[in-house]
Amino acid sequence: MAILTKEEAKKIIDKVLAYSKADEMSVSLSGSRTGNIRYARNSVSTSGETTDLALAVTAVFGKKSGTSTINEFDDASLEKTVRRAEEIAKLAPDNPEYVPMLGPQKYLDINSYAESTAKITPEYRAQAAFDSIDPCVKKNLTAAGYLEDSTGFSAIGNSKGLFGYNKATSIDFSITVRTADGKGSGYATRDFNDASKLSAKATTEIAMQKALASSDAKALEPGKYTVILEPTAAVDLLQNMMRSFDARSAEEGRSFLSKKGGGTRLGEKLFDERVTIYSDPQNAEIPGSPFGGGGGGRMGGGGGDGRPQQKVTWIEKGVVKNMYYSRYWAEKKGVEAISSPSGFILAGGTESLADLIKGTEKGILVTRLWYIRAVDPQTLLYTGLTRDGTFYIENGKIKHPVKNFRFNESPVIMLNNLEAMGKPMRAGGNLVPPLKIRDFTFTSLSDAV
Amino acid sequence: MKRRDFIQLAGLGTGAMMLPAFAMGKNVAPEALLAPGLDVAVKKRLADAALNAAKAKGATYADVRIGRYLNQFVVTRENKVQNIVNTESYGVGVRVIANGCWGFAAVVDAKSEAQMAKAAEDAVAIAKANSKLMKEPVQLAPQKGFGEVSWKAPIKKNAFEVPIQEKVDLLLSVNNAALTNGANYVNSVMFQVNEQKYFASTDGSYIDQDIHRIYPQFNVTAIDAQTGKFQTRNALSAPVGMGYDYLQVNPSDKVTGITTRYNKGYDMLEDAISAAKQAKQKLTAKSVEAGKYDLILDPSHLWLTIHESVGHPLELDRVLGYEANFAGTSFATLDKWQSKNFQYGSKEVNLVADKQQIGSLGAVGWDDEGVNTKKWDLVRDGVLVNYQATRDQAHIIGEKESHGCSYADSWSSVQFQRMPNVSLEAGKKPLSVDEMIKDVKKGIYIIGDGSFSIDQQRYNFQFGGQLFYEVKDGKIVGMLNDVAYQSNTQEFWNSCSQVCDERDYRLGGSFFDGKGQPSQSSAVSHGSSTTRFNGVNVINTARKI
Repeated sequence: MAILTKEEAKKIIDKVLAYSKADEMSVSLSGSRTGNIRYARNSVSTSGETTDLALAVTAVFGKKSGTSTINEFDDASLEKTVRRAEEIAKLAPDNPEYVPMLGPQKYLDINSYAESTAKITPEYRAQAAFDSIDPCVKKNLTAAGYLEDSTGFSAIGNSKGLFGYNKATSIDFSITVRTADGKGSGYATRDFNDASKLSAKATTEIAMQKALASSDAKALEPGKYTVILEPTAAVDLLQNMMRSFDARSAEEGRSFLSKKGGGTRLGEKLFDERVTIYSDPQNAEIPGSPFGGGGGGRMGGGGGDGRPQQKVTWIEKGVVKNMYYSRYWAEKKGVEAISSPSGFILAGGTESLADLIKGTEKGILVTRLWYIRAVDPQTLLYTGLTRDGTFYIENGKIKHPVKNFRFNESPVIMLNNLEAMGKPMRAGGNLVPPLKIRDFTFTSLSDAV
Repeated sequence: MKRRDFIQLAGLGTGAMMLPAFAMGKNVAPEALLAPGLDVAVKKRLADAALNAAKAKGATYADVRIGRYLNQFVVTRENKVQNIVNTESYGVGVRVIANGCWGFAAVVDAKSEAQMAKAAEDAVAIAKANSKLMKEPVQLAPQKGFGEVSWKAPIKKNAFEVPIQEKVDLLLSVNNAALTNGANYVNSVMFQVNEQKYFASTDGSYIDQDIHRIYPQFNVTAIDAQTGKFQTRNALSAPVGMGYDYLQVNPSDKVTGITTRYNKGYDMLEDAISAAKQAKQKLTAKSVEAGKYDLILDPSHLWLTIHESVGHPLELDRVLGYEANFAGTSFATLDKWQSKNFQYGSKEVNLVADKQQIGSLGAVGWDDEGVNTKKWDLVRDGVLVNYQATRDQAHIIGEKESHGCSYADSWSSVQFQRMPNVSLEAGKKPLSVDEMIKDVKKGIYIIGDGSFSIDQQRYNFQFGGQLFYEVKDGKIVGMLNDVAYQSNTQEFWNSCSQVCDERDYRLGGSFFDGKGQPSQSSAVSHGSSTTRFNGVNVINTARKI
C-alpha cells in the first residue's frame, strides 16, 4: 500500500484538488518503506522496518498559505484535510515572497528505481549483517555497521495542472572494523539505488584491511602535507561547498561567492582549471529526482515546488558558471530559476586510487573525514579530523599508518591546490574522484583511533 | 533517497531549516496544540492491553510509551514571516524482552486495545527472531514500580497558550531592532516543544509526564561592502526546559559586564541590539595572534565544551563500542575508571550529571524506562568516578540501579542511553568574573558558542565562539577576531585553574543533539560558572580565497 502507482497517486491528487476552494492548491503524496539493521560488537543491536504514506495539501489565498497533512485516504478525510489547509492559510500572515504556482511541466525520464532494492526482506538485511560480522569474528576483529534501504514514490500536483510522479530506491551501507586491542580502525561505505551492486562482504573486507593496516600508527608533525583524499573523505568538503552556491546569499554579500564592493563572483575563475562540477539527474550512476529542486535529494534546499531538475554546470574549468535560485529571488532578479541539485559530479580523470598513490613521492592517504564544521563562512574554512585509516606514502608506496590529524582547510583553497584527480566513484549520492591535493593544512594531532 | 527526503518532498519539512525527524508529525492548526490528549484512565487501559498481550506471548519484561509530541516553530527574516509550523505526532511504542532479547514495535495513532495488543505481539515476535543472533542475554537492573504517578515541568506559562501573533510581533520587533542598529540581515526563530508521555511497564509503573522546552534564537549579519567582509553574531539565549516565562524580562536575570548575558529570563530585544552593534564591531576587530593564552570561558560558551568533551565521552554505550560506526567510541575506557585515579581534570573540576535540575532541558521525573531521576558525580576533585547508564548497562559498571538515562525522541523510536544534564559545579571560594580577569596577564575572554569539532574518541577538539575579548595585564583591552582554540580533553580540563562561584552559574544547552543510527535528537543542558583554563593553544582562522 505504501508504494502507489502513478495512476493511483494521480487519482488521489485529482480528488483532493477537486475539493479546493482556495486561489491555488498544491498536493504532494509520498510513500516509502524503509528498513534497517544495525550491529556493533559483532552482534545485531537493532533492526526494523517502517512504512509511511502521507499526503500534504497546501492552500493559498492571495499571499497567504497553509499546509495540512494526513495519512488517511477516505473521501471524508481528504476533504477535511483540504478544509483544514484552507483554514490555516486564512489565518496565516502574508508571505511577501510568495510566487504563484507553476503550471504543467515537462520532466526528464529518470530511472532511480531498482526492483532488487524494493524486494529487500528482513532476511536479506540479516544476511548482510552476517556477511559483514562473520569474517571479522574469524580474524578477531570487531564490526559495527549499519544498513538502510528505502523504496518510495513521490507524486506532486497542483490546481494549475502540474503533475509529476517518481519512484526511487536507495541502499546505504557503512562499516567500521576495529582491532581487538583498539589500536587499529578501518571504515568503508557504499550507497546505490540498485541493491544488487552492493556487496556487504566486499565493503567489509576493505574496512578490515584498513583496520589491520592502521594498527600502531606513528605520529607525524602537523603542518602542510600533500594528501590523497579518497572519495569518501573528499565528498563532505565538496558537498559543503556545493551547498553554498545559493545566489541570494552571494548577492546579499554573505557568501564565499560574494564580490568585494558588491555583486557576485559568477564568471570568475576561482578554482584550478581542471575543476568542472556539474549535476545531471539522468546520470545512470547517481540518478536524481525529476522534480522538486534539491528537496528530494541529499543536498537539501530547493523544496518541492515542482521545478524540473535539469543538467547544470556549476563550475567549468575552474570558472563559476551557475548558482541556484529560489523562484522568488530569480523572479526578482529576472533570471532563470535554476534549482539546487540532488547530487553533483566532479569530473575526474582515469587513474585509480592505486595509480595516484604510485605517483606520490611523499604524502598522506586519508580514508575518511569526521566532525566537519564551518569555521568561517567567508572563506568556507572548515575544521574536522581524519579517521579510520590514515597512512603515510613514500616513493609511491604506503609506508606506515599515521596518527589522525585535525585539519583546518577550505575546499576553495583545496581545489586550487589540485595535483591530480582519479576516476570518480559514487559517494553519498555524488560522483567524486580521489583527489591529490598539495599543502593541505593539518593543525594538530589526535590520539583517537 | 532517505525517509526524511520523502518527508521534505511531501512539504512536511518546509522552511528555511532542516527539522529533525521528531518534529515530523501531522501539520495541525495552532489550537490543536492546546487540545487535551487522551485521558490518563484511557492511557492506562491501553497500556495494560499491551503489557498483558506481551506477557501472554512470553515476554519476561515489557514497557509501553504512549506519546503525544507537539511542536511549534515560528521562523522569520527581516520584516517577513517565513514559516509557521505546528505539528502533532501521536503513537505508541512497545518494547519487550523475550528469550533474553529486546524487541520493539511502534504503531501510529493507536487508540484501541486491539492495536496495542498487536504492537506488543509484534515486539515479542521481533525479540524472538533477534534472539537467534544474540550473544549475551539482556541483564536489566531491578526497578521498583511506582504505581500511578505523574510529573509536570514547573513552567509558569505554556508557550502554546501565547497567540502566534504575539510571537510574530516579538520576532519582527527583534529583527527591526537589529536592522536599525546596524545589521544588514537578521533571521530569528522560536522553537517550542511539548512532550506528553505516558509510560507503563510490567514492573507496575504508570507514569504520566508533561515536558516543555523553548528556544528563541536569532542570527544577525553585518556586511562591509567595501572590503567584501561579513560577520555574524548569534543570540546569547539558551534553550531551556521552561515555558514562555523564559521571555519575561527580569532585571535580576541579567548578568552585566562587557556584554549582557542572561540567566533564567531572556531579553531578546536587548540582545538583538547588542548583537547588531557587535557584528559591526567584529568587522574591524583585530585578528588574533596565534599562540598560548589563558582562556576565560563564559557559561554561554563553556556549555558546548562540556557537552562535547565530558558529556559524550562518558556515555557508557560509546565506551563499550555500540556507537563505533557513527559517533565513535571514547577515550574514557573502563580501565581508566577502574583505576580510581584517572585525573580527568584538575582538583577544581567537579562534573555532575543531573536529571532533576529545574529549568534544564533534561529534567524529568522518570526516564523513558520508568527509572526515577537523580543526580550523581561523574568527575569528583578531577578524578573520573562514573558514567551515564541505563537499566541494561548498570551491571557493567557494578551498579545495582540505573542512572535514569533512557530516552527516545518519539513514540516510534527505540529508547536508548542519552546524555543527562552534565554540569561543572560552581567554585566553592567566592570569586567574581572581574576578580578572575584581574589575575590574567595574557588571555582571551570568550562569550557565546561557535564552531565546534571533536574526534571520535573525544581527545582532540577545536572550538570557536561568538565574542572574543583580549585580556592584557588584568584588563579587557579590545575585541579579537579569527579565534579558535584547540586542545586535548584531559590536558584542557587539567589546565582548569579557577571556577567562579555560584552567583555566576548559568545553563546553556543543545536543543537538537544527535546520536544513533537512525539518528535520534535529544535536548540537554549544561551549567557552569565562568571558568579559567591556563595556556591553551589558540589558532588564527583567517584565510584568503
